[in-house]
Amino acid sequence: MTLTEDLRQTPLTAFNIAHGGRMVSFAGYEMPVQFPDGVLKEHLHCRAAAGLFDVSHMGQVILRPKAGRVEDAALALERLVPVDILGLKPGRQRYGLFTAQDGGILDDLMIANRGDHLFLVVNASCKVEDIAHLRAHLSDDCEIEELTDRALIALQGPDAEAVLSVLAPEVVDMRFMDVADVTLLGVSCIVARAGYTGEDGYEISVDASHAVALAEALLADMRVLPVGLGARDSLRLESGLCLYGHDIDAATTPAQGALEWAIQKVRRTGGARAGGFPGADIILPELETGAARRRVGLRPDGRAPIREGAVLFADESGGEPVGRVTSGGFGPSVNAPVAMGFVATDHSGTDTPLFAEVRGKRLAVFVSPLPFITQRYKRS
Amino acid sequence: MLKFTEDHEWLAMEGDVATVGITRHAAEQLGDLVFVELPEVGAVLEKGGAASTVESVKAASDVYCPLAGEIVAVNEEILADPSLINRSPQGDGWFFKLRLANADDAAALMDEAAYLALVG
Repeated sequence: MTLTEDLRQTPLTAFNIAHGGRMVSFAGYEMPVQFPDGVLKEHLHCRAAAGLFDVSHMGQVILRPKAGRVEDAALALERLVPVDILGLKPGRQRYGLFTAQDGGILDDLMIANRGDHLFLVVNASCKVEDIAHLRAHLSDDCEIEELTDRALIALQGPDAEAVLSVLAPEVVDMRFMDVADVTLLGVSCIVARAGYTGEDGYEISVDASHAVALAEALLADMRVLPVGLGARDSLRLESGLCLYGHDIDAATTPAQGALEWAIQKVRRTGGARAGGFPGADIILPELETGAARRRVGLRPDGRAPIREGAVLFADESGGEPVGRVTSGGFGPSVNAPVAMGFVATDHSGTDTPLFAEVRGKRLAVFVSPLPFITQRYKRS
Repeated sequence: MLKFTEDHEWLAMEGDVATVGITRHAAEQLGDLVFVELPEVGAVLEKGGAASTVESVKAASDVYCPLAGEIVAVNEEILADPSLINRSPQGDGWFFKLRLANADDAAALMDEAAYLALVG
């Protein structure tokens, strides 16, 4: 297949094509939307065994403190991100958000304490802006380096531990959100026990020159199938995880996005390091008062999937919109359509009946808790 | 007589009634289908009008009415089990039967050889 756009490739593009990936344009990269098994089987296989994902399009960034103390990098990054980074222990990572002066979310990211530096993974679609943002605000305290010569491979699913431990037995001892240097096939990699599927699993940052050998070795295990972006999306949606640019964006505050859990007490009003990040004057009061609208799960009553953009109403006919679907589709593991979206807070209670307009008809949906599946992270 | 459209539908003609479905090529491109919406029996549709919707995990796609006519039957089996379309797109996975407003309209559509040449 030829793509006419000038798309960037990852270290695994040829690998993806060789394994039958149907390649599409995504965030400026040529990426596999699915492999020959198709979205449905890839999704179900990832929840039953293990799936291999190329997520090398994501941005990998190092913040190295100029004075040599990782605490300086942590405190510097806390000026842009409303989470407790100083309290993040070496070898641990956590979820964070870049916020804007108006309280909106500029991107979401993972932040790891690597002992003498911080390691960030940011969204492909935002990475240029994110790195410019870091350089503009943190250059006095940190060297900011984008790692452009590395691949990122996700191995997800209940068999991920058994598969990866064939190459490195010590990965068994990692727990959810641990980050460690692990030698795989003779090459030192950065391995995090985390992912974007709701399953146990790992994300592996590996030097570009060794990415194909590692991916082939993992895929050679009978328990592993390659998984494309299509199933990556249905897996994360069932797991209630946000997709930046869809479920959260610059017009969404953390409280609207139901991401209060990401802002630890120490950064909230009354905390030891309260505020001090862009939009704190809007974001922090909203954590106390609640926002006027809120991201919720939506469970369609029928079999018809309800997709992004569908408008939500309180009544079967007439009335003003009370919300909008931000992600929606069919959940293969739930075996039913699933969605999430924003609704006015007085319609956000679990089991509130709403109606989504699809092809001119209003279809019944119910507000649902997230996630739609039981997350199976290895927490202990 | 089997006819095909550029929108990847097939029509099996019996007199002035066409049994309509999507082609094997279309079913492969769409992937595993999880939902289908069919027209009402008795609906009178124009050529190119929205006749059905099929949905995969990923996306919704419209199926257009290949020629003007009236819906005289729909395949209830694909409503209950949309995967039948993937398993048998040009057989048991048919969508609807259409009584053509003008039976001669079908003559202008592609035959199988022309369609296969189109999708390469």
